[in-house]
Amino acid sequence: MDKETTLLNESQAPFAGSGEVPYDRYGDTSAGIALGDGDFQINFGPQHPATHGVLHLVITLNGETIKKVEPHLGYIHRSIEKMCESLTYRQFIYVTSRMDYLSAHINNHACALAVEKGLQVEVPARAQVIRVLMDELTRIASHELWWGAMAMDLGAFTPFFHAFRERESINDIMEETCGARLTMNYMVPGGVMHDLHPNFQKRVKEFLQLYKRKIHEYDELVTGNVIFQNRMKGVGYLSAEDAIAYGVSGPSARGSGVSSDIRKLYPYEIYDKLEFDEVLETAGDSFARYMVRINEMHQSIRIIEQLIDNIPEGDFQAKTKNVLKLPKGDFYTRVETARGELGLYIVSEGGNTPYRIKFRSPGFSNLSVLDHMARGSKIGDLVAMMGTLDLVIPDIDR
Amino acid sequence: MTNEELKIKLTELQPAATFEEGGEWVTINVEVADWLAFAGQLRQEEALFFDYLFCLTCVDWKTHLTMVYHLSSTKYRHNMVVKIKLDRNKPEVETVSHIWRTAEFHEREVYEMFGVNFLNHPDLRLLILPDGWEGKNPLRKDFDDPVNMIKL
Repeated sequence: MDKETTLLNESQAPFAGSGEVPYDRYGDTSAGIALGDGDFQINFGPQHPATHGVLHLVITLNGETIKKVEPHLGYIHRSIEKMCESLTYRQFIYVTSRMDYLSAHINNHACALAVEKGLQVEVPARAQVIRVLMDELTRIASHELWWGAMAMDLGAFTPFFHAFRERESINDIMEETCGARLTMNYMVPGGVMHDLHPNFQKRVKEFLQLYKRKIHEYDELVTGNVIFQNRMKGVGYLSAEDAIAYGVSGPSARGSGVSSDIRKLYPYEIYDKLEFDEVLETAGDSFARYMVRINEMHQSIRIIEQLIDNIPEGDFQAKTKNVLKLPKGDFYTRVETARGELGLYIVSEGGNTPYRIKFRSPGFSNLSVLDHMARGSKIGDLVAMMGTLDLVIPDIDR
Repeated sequence: MTNEELKIKLTELQPAATFEEGGEWVTINVEVADWLAFAGQLRQEEALFFDYLFCLTCVDWKTHLTMVYHLSSTKYRHNMVVKIKLDRNKPEVETVSHIWRTAEFHEREVYEMFGVNFLNHPDLRLLILPDGWEGKNPLRKDFDDPVNMIKL
């Protein structure tokens, strides 16, 4: 790291004192930097392969050094929150698969949990185990795609095929049970929509075997690669204080040593009975965030192995009324998606549709730190930072 | 801190504030004029240490708007909710983006979706909506767009 980078990245006081005009630390505000001599602006996206969707960044540069990154959102904004206000508690879950499409199961899970909390429905043990199994398979699939796509952004094309080979078998498992490969819509208030496919256990075990045979290839191909490490280590430093102040969650925060796994801190379903570790790295750079996700895949495998032979018999869905009506009040649930903390805030007036719904999506907060992280770095490193923040644009825009 | 201890502590700081019963977290209603000083106390008081603002949003009640802040402490793992009632015709509240940096983006979202004006915000512009949307606030209950909205 050169001197300038160190200066810009040193931890900022999270509290600047009340009443002061914020952000005036480097003689500029976040609002806009006056373009100085030799400064210029470029557009990154919205149609750029490395943004993995339609994210538009306006980057102010001096030479190759980034002075500011300004995200412009809304290219895939569907106003899901507004749509949910006119959908019933059974219908609105299906919309949420389209938010973070790589964590579709976990988004559905958050909605189902929120409705169950409001109605105080007891979920059968079988459904709980199925839900956790599906969540963890989703997490692996999501991290696989992240791994392949991030390596591709950095210029290595082969890992993408390796990642998709394994991800494909997860998608096949999903397809058999849920009928869909991407937007599953499998979880409903009270349990899951229908029972597991008879092949489920067999195919998951086959997948575990395949995965264990192949996982070392990931480290051989990418993790241990010198070029890759040079591009990741020391790049995109994020201190623990900044991660908390910017609301960063999930693997991105755990790369900075912030304990933020909702599964551990505020356990839901059966996560408190399972044995798994919260993966923490303390370096705070891109490589730390990379290692967190790689190790999280191992932890997910651990969870699946504990459960796959112990799926209890019984109902897969609790009996609920045809028309669900949440009592008057506020309900907040938080779950851990592959990207971080997904919060769902429902305000109910007692009717069969929510009065107001707010999705606290992990991507939105994680994106907000990009400007702070990138200032002072070189433009070539921006892709590494975006890659390790694991941005999914429909999750940010909602 | 348990919810009861938290309530006692918060009453010391804000004697005039009222609490909402029910709900899993302590929910406090604060006057808009007291918010900035109170937010500073929440962040700085050693016993409270609310350093993580995990959700910031607004609810349109047709007669007024309510700002809702969900706060958490990464040190003590306690959570709380702050609600502030705003005038619907002229919604104004002090920004907290210098206390919790994540508020900058969330406040911009609330600004465009609900038309809440955040005083002293460093960069209050449209974030998600395209240029020219100022003044029309999609998440307000009386918003109407006959062309692009499909009524279900």
